[in-house]
Amino acid sequence: MTELEDTTIAASERGRLRKGITDFFASPVAATGFVTLIIICGLALLAPWISPQNPYDLMQLDIMDGRLAPGSESMSGLVYHLGTDSQGRDILSGILYGLRTSLIVGVLSAFAAAIIGTTIGLIAAYRGRRTETIIMRLVDLQLSLPTILMALMMLAILGKGVMNVVIALIIAEWATYARTVRGIALVEREKEYIEAARMLRLPGWRILFRHLLPNCLAPVIVIATMQVARAIGLEATLSFLGLGASVTEPSLGMLISSGYQYLLTGLYWISFFPGIALLITIVAINLVGDRLRDVLNPRSMS
Amino acid sequence: MVTSIIRRLMQALFVILAMTVIVFIGVSVIGNPVDILINPDANQAERARVIAHYGLDQPLWKQYLLFLQGLLRGDFGDSFVYGRPALGLILERLPATLELAITALVIALVFGLPLGLYAGLYPGRISSRIIMSGSVLGFSLPTFWVGLMLVMVFSVELGWLPTNGRGPTLALFGVEWSFLTWEGMRHLILPAFNLALFKTSLILRLVRAGVQEVLPQDYVKFARAKGLRESRIIAVHVLKNLMIPVVTIIGLEFGSLIAFSVVTESIFAWPGMGKLIIDSINLLDRPVIVAYLMMMVLLFVVLNFIIDVCYTILDPRIRLDAKA
Repeated sequence: MTELEDTTIAASERGRLRKGITDFFASPVAATGFVTLIIICGLALLAPWISPQNPYDLMQLDIMDGRLAPGSESMSGLVYHLGTDSQGRDILSGILYGLRTSLIVGVLSAFAAAIIGTTIGLIAAYRGRRTETIIMRLVDLQLSLPTILMALMMLAILGKGVMNVVIALIIAEWATYARTVRGIALVEREKEYIEAARMLRLPGWRILFRHLLPNCLAPVIVIATMQVARAIGLEATLSFLGLGASVTEPSLGMLISSGYQYLLTGLYWISFFPGIALLITIVAINLVGDRLRDVLNPRSMS
Repeated sequence: MVTSIIRRLMQALFVILAMTVIVFIGVSVIGNPVDILINPDANQAERARVIAHYGLDQPLWKQYLLFLQGLLRGDFGDSFVYGRPALGLILERLPATLELAITALVIALVFGLPLGLYAGLYPGRISSRIIMSGSVLGFSLPTFWVGLMLVMVFSVELGWLPTNGRGPTLALFGVEWSFLTWEGMRHLILPAFNLALFKTSLILRLVRAGVQEVLPQDYVKFARAKGLRESRIIAVHVLKNLMIPVVTIIGLEFGSLIAFSVVTESIFAWPGMGKLIIDSINLLDRPVIVAYLMMMVLLFVVLNFIIDVCYTILDPRIRLDAKA
């Protein structure tokens, strides 16, 4: 390939990217979702500097400040804008720190599952025959069980904890990618450019990752985005059930769970505000994902 | 037809066998049962005695065979917490979970089907758009949080409905049911709606997409051209063709409803299997965990099998032996 062709291809790639970005922001709803998501990520990233207190530092918590209503002032003059939980933890700080856990768990598990699932799907499509049959049977088996059951099964085996939740989510979600990628790769495999690459006697891994993979990426990106939202929701659910984060370092689900008993006596804020934060995050990611799907227009979606 | 059903049955049995291996390896090899079973203060003789008692000194394949043998007899061992057979504990709580899941499924169908049909037939209307936005919310809202909010609004603020438990039950066919008593009904409403929310959105979107796929088809146009009443076109031509995806959803989602009832049961202290499994995971009650997992696997395999058979009856074009 000459240098000239290289640059024109790069230029057209850039043009496509620019068009994609313009398309994406043509939808005000998606743009709002995107901006919201950026703000949430920023807040989570800056949590140690902007939150009024460190909610994980037990030294900073004063049990005397427990269960204060939103807007209350503590002895030391700190205003609890969203109230405090039973430990005297500022809910706002708890949310900011909790968002960190949620986002890390969501992104980590979705991307790890994407990498694993995509690789397995590609291998299944490329190798075919026995390998494919075995992999696809495994995928079918996996997909016939609901995610929460898989996650519960993994947590029952691995034990509680945030890292185990990430592992459980990866194991529960990889199959979706594998199936989608295999579906696309089967179509792509028959096309001329792969045939040409085979003629050139390029090594198998090179065809897989340099030729087949880039053409399967669009749906993977869409699924991964949606999966981040799902994973965040599931992490919160598992934490709510007491299988995720520890009591001293509550994630959003844990905060909501700890507020439950107080909810019955009318102290709504411990559960209410973290739930709103969770909801906004999930909706924002879903809006972005929805739009991405429209813009990238993947040929097959599961 | 019969041969293909038999083949499916063999596949189902193979899946169950595969799952027993996975669960066995998971629980016995990755999670070390010795740590769980034995008091850390126990002396060496005591340790050896317990290990021998549970057959943990045997080679792994022998342990697995013993596990399978127990499985066939429905014997998962006694619960460490309750000291009673694990399977019995689960079966005892099965009706409560089934009642919750069935009620939720009925709610999801009663709301999801007509709303989806409406949104699909009149996509331009503002009311349709509101329905669709509502379904996005139904997807995004975490179920457990919605449950808490339901409790907050209907139990704490308005005081209309009870917050937890199952209420008084009445026996029918030897099993206790809540929906037969007025108080039990009132206990059932909130958890069932909570569990149904996600599925309602799902069914709604599925039905809407189905309607929009069917409407431009030639046979619908032809039916219109023949001058058939719109109500007949919808009832016969549109709805009938929606049945396949809907049956799939009812089948598959019923299983997932039972799995997700874990969350709802924990919120409303509903005395079903889901609450039991969470408690068991927290208390490391291994026999109950294993029994629950195997029950669920069995349930899903059976459901999938039934769906497959229903397919062939609903749509003769689909054959069980056809390659997917």
